[in-house]
Order: sequence, then structure tokens, then C-alpha cells
Amino acid sequence: MLLSKRLGRAAFAAFMTAAIPVGAQVTGDAAFSQVEKGRYLAVLGDCAACHTAPGLPPFAGGVVLQTPFGDLVAPNITPDPETGVGRMSLQDFQSVMSRGIGKGGYHLYGAMPFTAYTKVTAQDNAAIWAYLQTLEPVKNKVEPNQLPFPFNIRASLIGWNLLNFTQGEFKADPAKSPDWNRGAYIVEGLGHCGTCHTPKNLIGGDKNSQFLEGATLQGWFAPNITADPHKGIGAWSEDEIVQYLKTGANRFDIASGPMAELVEKSSQHWTDADLKAVAVYLKAGRNGEAKAPSPLPAGDKLMIAGQAIFADRCMGCHLSNGAGVPKLFPRLAEAPLVNAGDPTSLIRVVLAGSRAGATEAVPTGPAMPSFAWNLGDQEIAAVLTYVRNSWGNAAAPVEAKDVATLRKTLAP
Amino acid sequence: MATKLPATDVVVVGLGWAGSIIANELTDQGLSVVAFERGPWRETARDFNIASAPDELRYSQRQELMLQTAQNTVTARNNPSQTALPMRSWGSFHPGNGTGGAGNHWAGITFRFQPEEFRLKSHLTEKYGAGAIPAELTLQDWGTDWSEMEPFYTAFDRLAGLSGRAGNLKGQIREGGNPFEGPRSEEYPTGPMRQPYGPTLFAQAAKELGYKPFPVPSALISEAYTNPLGVTMGPCTFCGFCTNYGCANYSKASAITTVLPVLVRKSNFRAQTNSEVLRVTLDATGKRATGVVYIDTSGKEWEQPADLVIVTAFTFENVRLMLLSGVGTPYDPETQTGTTGRNYAYQTANSVQLFFDDKNFNPFIGAGALGMGIDDFNNDNFDHSGLGFFGGGSIRVTPIGAAPIGYRPTPPGTPLWGSEWKRQTVKNYLSSMSIGCEASSYATRTNYLSLDPTYTDRLGRPLLRITFDFAQNDLKMSQYCTEKVAGIAKAMNPRQFVPHPMTGHWNTGPYQSSHVVGGFVMGADPKTSAVNKYLQSWDVPNLFVVGASAFPQNPGYNPTGTVGALAFKAADAIRRLYLKNPGPLVSA
Repeated sequence: MLLSKRLGRAAFAAFMTAAIPVGAQVTGDAAFSQVEKGRYLAVLGDCAACHTAPGLPPFAGGVVLQTPFGDLVAPNITPDPETGVGRMSLQDFQSVMSRGIGKGGYHLYGAMPFTAYTKVTAQDNAAIWAYLQTLEPVKNKVEPNQLPFPFNIRASLIGWNLLNFTQGEFKADPAKSPDWNRGAYIVEGLGHCGTCHTPKNLIGGDKNSQFLEGATLQGWFAPNITADPHKGIGAWSEDEIVQYLKTGANRFDIASGPMAELVEKSSQHWTDADLKAVAVYLKAGRNGEAKAPSPLPAGDKLMIAGQAIFADRCMGCHLSNGAGVPKLFPRLAEAPLVNAGDPTSLIRVVLAGSRAGATEAVPTGPAMPSFAWNLGDQEIAAVLTYVRNSWGNAAAPVEAKDVATLRKTLAP
Repeated sequence: MATKLPATDVVVVGLGWAGSIIANELTDQGLSVVAFERGPWRETARDFNIASAPDELRYSQRQELMLQTAQNTVTARNNPSQTALPMRSWGSFHPGNGTGGAGNHWAGITFRFQPEEFRLKSHLTEKYGAGAIPAELTLQDWGTDWSEMEPFYTAFDRLAGLSGRAGNLKGQIREGGNPFEGPRSEEYPTGPMRQPYGPTLFAQAAKELGYKPFPVPSALISEAYTNPLGVTMGPCTFCGFCTNYGCANYSKASAITTVLPVLVRKSNFRAQTNSEVLRVTLDATGKRATGVVYIDTSGKEWEQPADLVIVTAFTFENVRLMLLSGVGTPYDPETQTGTTGRNYAYQTANSVQLFFDDKNFNPFIGAGALGMGIDDFNNDNFDHSGLGFFGGGSIRVTPIGAAPIGYRPTPPGTPLWGSEWKRQTVKNYLSSMSIGCEASSYATRTNYLSLDPTYTDRLGRPLLRITFDFAQNDLKMSQYCTEKVAGIAKAMNPRQFVPHPMTGHWNTGPYQSSHVVGGFVMGADPKTSAVNKYLQSWDVPNLFVVGASAFPQNPGYNPTGTVGALAFKAADAIRRLYLKNPGPLVSA
């Protein structure tokens, strides 16, 4: 009977997948800790989101980032000397992270969020670099710059940096708690939350005065995650923020779209201390305008039409009071995404459907189906206007032309 | 010639309820499990979209979730003197296909069998004397008992989030529940479903007649529920698309809504879909399974070696695989020897249709397991002395939904098409209802499963042959119970009521029930059973065969709750006993 022997093998395999791949050059506990620290930081920063493409080996690059200026492709960051970062030194890497300048002195585009990574400490960069050295080198040639003229001229980035980039490591604020400082370090630095959640100026730089107030990119609206009680997550407790990042769901919301990927690949694996720190920092942030706007009156024509469509198409899951079902069907009442100034994500989810993230803690992974084939632009505008102005929500009506525009964008 | 693959610890054949539960338990134990599924991968998020899942033409008429008869079917006959013919389209029953199996398109009614059932022969002999049991019947005990079964029923209840009200909580009879059920160790995980008008009227009438109505135990859950594995289900919306459909609301418990989301995350689990297992391979002694041979969609054959083989397909394929693999001795109805194929049984479907003038039931408000029932005339809950039969049925009103193509409740004598048929449809659609009686099916000497000598599948392997007819015992029971149902119908004071007791011979044409059971039954005696009380093969100790194929006969209940409990029972025995000491767990 081989069962017991196989059982041993299975247990060993399980251990190996839980542990990190250890390279031959790494020896001793100190080296292991450094690599393990780097592995965790790479998870914390969700490097895989851009540098690991579906179907390719980890960190071999190839994820296409659509920017308003054209496509950029994330490079191969495995230690392959020809196509990866095998010829780079720690110093070169430090320069990339801290200054946005690659080996040989060329300027990186802001899609590599060095405007945030500049805050990462040199020690942390050294750990990440140590970890990257342990990866299996993969030969995968990537041409990162696929921008059209004139954006493909990197010299233009010198001016861009002048306007949009402040170099320098994170400086702790001694007036704030250690949790707040750790949270700020993650959110503003390696976590690069602002890359999605901060509105961009005309040339793609962060509008720092509106830090984390929500932004539209790649056909999604990344919602306001400031402590604003109406448009942001001000109503969420610290524990609820932790729960959302750890499991992908809390009583308000379920992560979907790019955030679902973030939770699946990154934040579900953060330490409890880091999750807590991020929650402390976000809760302590600005809370926007004090006064919420007034909702549209229930007798408004769009509202009446929207309510009828909601009853037919949406109520079965989201319930007549918009409360949804925790961990299964998102709550619509008083949800930041619903009250956002920009309804892009709402329109997108109705048109294209969306799948929630599945995590170890919340493995269900439910989906919202697409309604593009059986709801017209005007109907979607009506039902979303109703959702945005019911059960305590208040936001501008959704226009049918915005639905039509996104519908065209999403069409295959 | 099959290409040999690297060995694994465990092979599971079939990813329905039983296979998914066992795979989950054994991967928890640290074993590497490869599970084979003949059909496609199915999951709610991708396959059951709320905007397209309620499609009667696609799922009910064209049966998209069922096994296609071109891939595999059965042949059927009523008795051993006849020549069986193949079923070229499904009628009497609906075998499933794909992950979730038949537990994907099921209705969701989830009874526990009663304590007496597990020792039915002993119970009836003790109570009525051996001579009282009709000679045609081959009733058997299960080799297990209530105290051994109850914990595993509870495990399944929790996994599926079942909705209902306990009628017997730790021996205490509780008002509003089913007083005939065995003592349960805990209340249902979720409360009973809210009842629509038809079941409410029925329950009132039944109560006035002195019967004890209770909400039908349901796997279409009444409120949001997160099961012990962390998977969340949502409350049923009464949309009426359960039976024959996948649930788009995450309300109907099935392997895909309760287990598989967790199982697929495990690195020591692999699901091999669209891969049909052709046989279990045995070593030269025939006493040890070495793995399985399967065929992929390109027609290539592969051998997957394993230390432990768990067969968890539908009843038909469980038995057919055993016959094709040479496990055990095929049952011979002449000599009554051999156990592979023995004691095949079914379910006896009866009903009474009621037509009212002054009622509106809104029949489109429905769900497969929504309703009220009584157990006063089920199994041995009433005195059978002098009746000339044993068994009985679960009597209940369960409005499953009134889909537009299939639901045409017209009184007898109405033409089957034309203006009068339309007029009667309009007149009766809202104002008619039906009381069902899902009744027992007791095994006989000549009801059995074997390999067909003539007809083969697309690969040239013999089809499974069903030899089945209703026992005289069951037909008498049907008359008796349907009369009792008619008594309730009459008390409800309809314009007209029409009793439909089961009569005559079994006919493969009209749909009756997918509750096909037996053929590889469990028991304490290897002469009359194929597996022991742990679902372990008597002949091949590293082979477990789990499913309704293990029922020695069928009581007046739906089988799924018991299939789930048996899966937990087998997994527990493997984890707790077998892995420590691989070999026969019961000495014959």
C-alpha cells in the first residue's frame, strides 16, 4: 500500500507551494528572511497585476495597459539576461523605483507608478530585488512602448516629471500613530492605490489635491476611497475595511472588476497588521464635502421608469430595499460606487456583467450577468438613475448617451 | 491501448453531490484527488445567468443539462422474458451530466429516511410477522442504523443549508414539523420557506382531517446562508425554475453552489471534465483496484492509477461500471445469486388534480421544493395489518412553477389541441392545483440491472439493461394512498378532482421520477449486498461505490438527502478507519 508514502509526498508538495521558490544562491536564514520579505512586498505591491499575464509564467510581463495616450506593455521582470532584468543591478532597480529612470538613463512612463514607488524605502527595494533574483528566468521579449507619436518620445517625460513627480522616500509623521504611518506608507507608496483611485490631469498625472477621490480608467470607475461618508467609505468601520481587503466582501460591497483581482492576488494575503494600518490611514483621511446632494424626487419620470425596471430585473438579488445579500449580492443602498459622480462602473456592470473576487475566506465568486442584450440605453439610464437616488443614495441622473458610448467601447 | 499517467492517491468517478463531498473530505485529509466527470464543467456564475437560466425550451423541453442519449443510454423491459429496447430520448427519468450531476437540475426536496427504513425487513418482520411480507418482495436491511446515519444527515443539512422545521428534535416532537421523522440532533440550518396559497389551503384541509402537515424540507433555501465551507447562498425568489434547471440565484443547494467553489481552490485536487471513465482496473487477483481507464473528447484512452477508487456516478453508471469492470458477480434472477445489479427499485408516482372555480393560485409562483406535506400515509407510519401491502407515500402540494410550454392543466376530456384546449387552459391555468404522492418502491426478485446483450454505446460497450415493473405490492399501495389523497382533495371542495394512482406496467415514456435506486446495495451480508455499511466493496476493499445505487429499496421519499449522508459516511470511514488500516472495514 503506497497511500502513506504518497500522503507524505502530497504534504511535502503542499509545503513547497506555500513556501517561496528558493534560488541556489540563497543560503542561510538571513537570506531567506530577506527573500521572504521581498516576496511579501511584491504581493503587497501587487507587482503581478501588471507583470504576470494570464497563461504566462509569473512576472514574465506582457500585460497590456490601455492608457488615454495608447498602449503600454508591462515588461518581463524575471532575471533573464536577454529579455528580463538579468543585467540590471540593485542600483538600477532602486533608480527605477525611486526616480522612474531605467538602466541606461531612459525615463519610465507613469504607468509604472514610480510617482508612488519613490516613497518605498531603499531597504524594501533591496528585499524586492533579492526576491526577483530567485525567480525562474523566463525568455519572453516584451516591447513596452507601443505608444503612437509623439507620446512614444521618452524625452517628453522630463517635462512630465517636472509637473507630476516629487521624488523622495516616505517620511513618517511623528504626530501620527505607527499604524497611520504604516498605512500611509502602503497606500501612498508600494500599494500605489492612487494609480487607480486618484483622478488624473490632462497629461495623465495624479491630481494630488483629489487624492483617492475616484477615477475612471480602462472602462471602470475606481471609486472614491476617502472617508467621505456619501461618495467614499466614511460609513465603513476599520474592521469593515479590513474585511473587504482580506476577503473581498463586507456588508457594504463585494470586490469586482480590477479590485477583485487586487483582492485575489494581493490584499487577501496581506498581514493583519498591514490591513489594519491601511484601514486606520483611510479612515483618518479627508471626508470631503460635508453635505450630501439631494436625491431626485420619487415622482420623477426617470425614477418611475427605473423603479419598474428594477422590480423586474434587479430586485430578485439586490432586494427591494437595495440591501443585497452580504458576500453574495452587493448592497446598493449607500454604496460609494453607486453615489459616485462618475457612473462608468455602474453602467459597465449592467452592460457587461461582472464577477466578484473569490478568496480563501469568501470562496463563492458570484457573478452579475450582462444585461446588454435585453436592456436598451434609455432603460439602463433609468434603472441606474433610480438606484442612484433611492434608499439614501443621491447622485446625478445617468444619461442614455453615456450608456451608448460605453456600450460601443465594450462591443467586441 | 491506454496511456498510463502518474499515480495519484484517490480517483473519484463523477462530480455530483457524492463525488464532490468525498473529494472535499479526502483533500482535507491531505490526499491528492483526481476527479473525473463525463460532462462539462458547470458553475453558476458562468452557466446560469439570471437573464437566461429560466428558459423552458432550452432546459425543460430540450434538456440541456441532461446526459444526451447519443452519448449513453439504457435499455428497458418489464420482465426477464422480454427483449429490452434502448431509450432514444429520456422520458421516465432524467440522468444528469456535467459537474453537479443530477443534483444540479433537481427539485431540492430533501427528506431524511426514517430510522425504521434502515432495518426495514427486520422492522416489518418484528411488527407483522415474516409471513405478512408479500413473497414477491426482496426487502433488506441496510446494515446500518439511525444512530450511525444521523450525524451524516446533519453534516449534509449544514452543507446544503436546508430549510425546514424540525418535527423531532432530540426525541421531542415539535408542533409544525414532521412528527414522523427520526430524532434529529439539531434544527434545520435555515427556517422553512414561506408558503404560497395552494400548499396553505392543503395544509388547512389536512389539519382539519386530523393529519399533521409540515413544510416540505427544502434545499432551495429561505434565507441567506454561509455553509461550513464558507460558501454563501442567497434566498429563493420563487421564480419557479428549479426542476430541470440550474439555479441562477445561488439558492438551490448543489455541488456547484456548496462544495466545488472550495474544492477547485485546492492544489491537491484536479477535476478532469469531459472525460468518461470506461472501467475500474483490477489487479490479477481481482481483489484490488489499481485505478481507472478513461477516454477524453478526442477519443484517446488514458489509465489513471490510484490507491483508492471512489465511484460516485449516477445509479445507472455506478452499476454499469461495476458490471463492465467485473466487480462482484452479476445478479441472476433465476437463482437469486450475485449482487451486482440486485434490488433495483424506483419511485411510485401518484397524484390528484384539483380544479376550482373560485381560487387563484398564481401557479407561476413556485419552487421545486416549496410546499406543505403530510407523512401520515408514508412508509410504516400507519398500520398495515390486513392491508395486503407495505409502504406508502409522502403526500404534498409542491407548486414547482407553471412554465408556459409545459403547464396546461386541463380537465379529462379536453381535446389536446385547438380552440377548446386553449379555452380550458385559460379557464384553469390560475385556478387548478395538484396534490402529489411520492411513494415507495419495494424491490422484487425480477427487478434488476444487467448488461444488455444486444445494444452498445458509441464505444461498443454494452448498455445497461433495466428490468423493472411495478410490484403488485406497490400498485395496491398506490390505490390505497391515492384514495387518502382524494379524501383531502374532496375536503378542499373543488369543482372537480381527478385521482391519478399508478396503475399497470412501468412505461418509459412519461416522466415519473429520476429516483432510480439500488443495483449495488449496501448491507451486512455479502450474499445479498455489494457494499458494506461504509459503502466499501465486499470484493475489492480499496473500492467504494457511493450513491442511491446503495439503497436496498426505496421508501416514499426523495433520495438526495440520503445520498449526501452516505457520501459523508463513506468519507468519514475512509478518513477515520481505512487510511489507518487499509483493508476490509467489516469482516464478512
